[in-house]
Amino acid sequence: MSALLECEKVTIQFGGLTAVSELDLRIGERELVGLIGPNGAGKTTAFNLITGVYQPTSGRIAFRGQPTAGVKPFSLSRQGISRTFQNIRLFASMTVFDNVRTAMQGNCAQGLGETLLRGRTFRETEERVAHEVIELLKIFGLERFRDTLGKSLPYGDQRRLEIVRALATQPRLLLLDEPAAGMNPTEKQELMKLIGFVQEKYGIAILLVEHDMKVVMGICQRIAVLDYGVKIAEGTPEEIRRNPKVIEAYLGAEVTD
Amino acid sequence: MRGKEPLFLLLAVAVAIGCSFGSGVFNRYYLGIAIDVGINVILAVSLNLINGHTGQFSLGHAGFMAVGGFIAAKLTLLCGPACPEALRPLLFLGGLLLGGGVAALAGFTVGVPSLRLRGDYLAIVTLGFGEIIRVLFQTSEFFGAATGLTGIPKWTTFGWAWAFAAVTVYVVACLVNSTYGRGFIAVHDDEIAASAMGINPVRYKVTAFVIGAFFAGIAGGLYAHHKAVISPSGFDFLKSIEIVVMVILGGMGRTVGVILAAILLTILPELLRGVAEYRMIIYSLLIIVLMLTRPQGLFTFGKKGTVS
Amino acid sequence: MDWFLQQSINGLALGAIYALIALGYTMVYGVLRFINFAHSDVLMLGAFAAFYLTPAIAGMLGPQTIATALVVIILSAAICALIGVTIEFLAYRPLRKRPRLTVLITAIGVSLFIEFTGQHEKVFGAATKAFPKLLPSRDLTLGALHFSSNDIVVLVLTALLLVVLWFIVQRTKLGMAMRAVAFNEQAAALMGVNVNAIISFTFALGSALAAVAGIFYAMRAPGIEPLMGIQPGLRAFIAAVLGGIGNLPGAALGGILLGLLETFFGGMPGLSNYRDGIAFAILILILLFRPAGLLGKVQPEKV
Repeated sequence: MSALLECEKVTIQFGGLTAVSELDLRIGERELVGLIGPNGAGKTTAFNLITGVYQPTSGRIAFRGQPTAGVKPFSLSRQGISRTFQNIRLFASMTVFDNVRTAMQGNCAQGLGETLLRGRTFRETEERVAHEVIELLKIFGLERFRDTLGKSLPYGDQRRLEIVRALATQPRLLLLDEPAAGMNPTEKQELMKLIGFVQEKYGIAILLVEHDMKVVMGICQRIAVLDYGVKIAEGTPEEIRRNPKVIEAYLGAEVTD
Repeated sequence: MRGKEPLFLLLAVAVAIGCSFGSGVFNRYYLGIAIDVGINVILAVSLNLINGHTGQFSLGHAGFMAVGGFIAAKLTLLCGPACPEALRPLLFLGGLLLGGGVAALAGFTVGVPSLRLRGDYLAIVTLGFGEIIRVLFQTSEFFGAATGLTGIPKWTTFGWAWAFAAVTVYVVACLVNSTYGRGFIAVHDDEIAASAMGINPVRYKVTAFVIGAFFAGIAGGLYAHHKAVISPSGFDFLKSIEIVVMVILGGMGRTVGVILAAILLTILPELLRGVAEYRMIIYSLLIIVLMLTRPQGLFTFGKKGTVS
Repeated sequence: MDWFLQQSINGLALGAIYALIALGYTMVYGVLRFINFAHSDVLMLGAFAAFYLTPAIAGMLGPQTIATALVVIILSAAICALIGVTIEFLAYRPLRKRPRLTVLITAIGVSLFIEFTGQHEKVFGAATKAFPKLLPSRDLTLGALHFSSNDIVVLVLTALLLVVLWFIVQRTKLGMAMRAVAFNEQAAALMGVNVNAIISFTFALGSALAAVAGIFYAMRAPGIEPLMGIQPGLRAFIAAVLGGIGNLPGAALGGILLGLLETFFGGMPGLSNYRDGIAFAILILILLFRPAGLLGKVQPEKV
């Protein structure tokens, strides 16, 4: 099984600061991989590199075998990478329905001409899109909010909406940036179930950045650990839990067992 | 409602033209104002696509209007005398479309560089482009230099103005109220998130500029054939601001609100005739007060981006 | 070569004026992150203040004396400082938390308001008025170069003001507070800085400089009228962007550069008609290729 996403010695520098250094990461189809590390370790930067927001200073990233160098974020999204954001970035003026509908735009091949002529093709596309959006909302329990403004939703629902929106682009790889942030234990439990459900039902690979160790250890098959932009460990949750370098990175050099 | 929009458009155009034929009944003065309103609706709605819906702050809309106006007027002045009376409407339409087309080209030229600029930088660049266009016309002998073009036949009737207004509203509203059109709003709300969801922000921004500029050009052509005289100084920064104020007053992104604002702001100077010497002072105060008290616009009802 | 030197002197004097105005734009942008469109009108108000003050002061201290000139300049600067503070308080402060575009439009509204009110018959009237001579201007020659003593005055006074400004910004607590607010308003507030007072002070300073610039500009121009601030204001704004908006040395540098460029181009036959367009073209080119300006820092956006 060839890797869906391959990062080879990916490095990015901002001025004098090396945010990510020689990162090697491979994610295969349907894998659930976690990316953890102390604050400022470069996790979100890694996300931005993978999604094309930043271009690496050196190194190579390939998605489905194709190098992503110079490819714009929207293109990568159309190829099958989708994401959520650390600070929720919903479309503030849109309803829940429209937030998801917007994400379907890439898949519905609707052009300028059809929009203006409003012929039968247009109507059919709109109906199909509406149908798919409602289905998605129903699956994730957001259907009753469909006409509510996205940003009026309770916090946990907003995070869920962001995930649903990302799914609407029919990705092969989904990047989740701290989806559990600000959630209480019950919500986190539900989130873990949600992520597992998403992976199973849609058969996608997921890369998860998260601070909550219970969440990460609970659902990830594999975990990579970043510290100051460098990958210091990678392995199963068990291996990572016991890895002294990881413990040191989080807690400092002096550790009593 | 779905699918019947083209019918509404045809109906609106028919009504406009119909009214035009019967318009001999109306007072010429009020008719002139009605035409002004129609032209301003086109300007406001077209700018709204760029500013309101797509969130690209353009302060140079008058420049596109100038392009359309001068091109259309020049064509008419050159070909008009040789043109048989029966074909005049065709010439007029051709001039308007040509003006709109060149304006659209100008919109493309402005849109492309503006892609990576945000907020006030973008506003300044568009302002700069608007001024450059004005300076170009001012120094062009072909277009009459500082004096501009005079003796333009007054071919703009109520029908022409309002038919095009209907078309503009139709195009912009249809464009935005579709899954494709959500892309404009997405670029406005959060460009990065929009990119991450597969929306090409460049494509949408440029499209907004091009379409907005096209209709501004048409408005310019209509304006030229309404006033019979156009000069570069009439398409300056102040004119751009006037259109921007209409969009803000109407609530950026709300098509109906913007139309109402255009109507109100066109009629207002007429209402303020009595205090004509204070007119611009009141106008500028209005802008300040509006921004301080109700920056979301006066006519904010209904969902954003929809025609209610 | 002589032509070059001659134009340089003219350009420097013009550049000095632009620098003074540009500083105001850049300082306000630094602390409030928006472009104060009304700044160009403050320079006009400075010129008009001097216009009305000069006869009165000259009556007391004698016409065209250094004392008169200094008093007029200082008083005009003080008046404009007050005006600047008032504008900020009434029109911009309530919008502190609003999107920057809202404030931009408000600034445009304020600018238009000042211009149109000034044009009203009961205020200044739209007609151009002759600006009184503040100083006896002598034409000096150095070899083949001709320049006016006014140019020297402008250059010397501007240099002096720049030094004073540098001192205030770099060596006083007030200046440090200004820089802190420009860097991070919230952090500055947490450090005990009275942000409102600092912002008011910034406006006062910028407006005072603009007033002086307005007087210098009026000394060179044939006359003054309510819309006189628009052109120099625009050029100065472009200068501020050229130097890097938010960057004080940049504003000074940009002002001088633009003054020189404009004088060279204006002197060339055939191009002088396009002077306006050239200024805008420079603006667009900078914003497209180096939006941070010559001395500014590039700020990557955080995702």
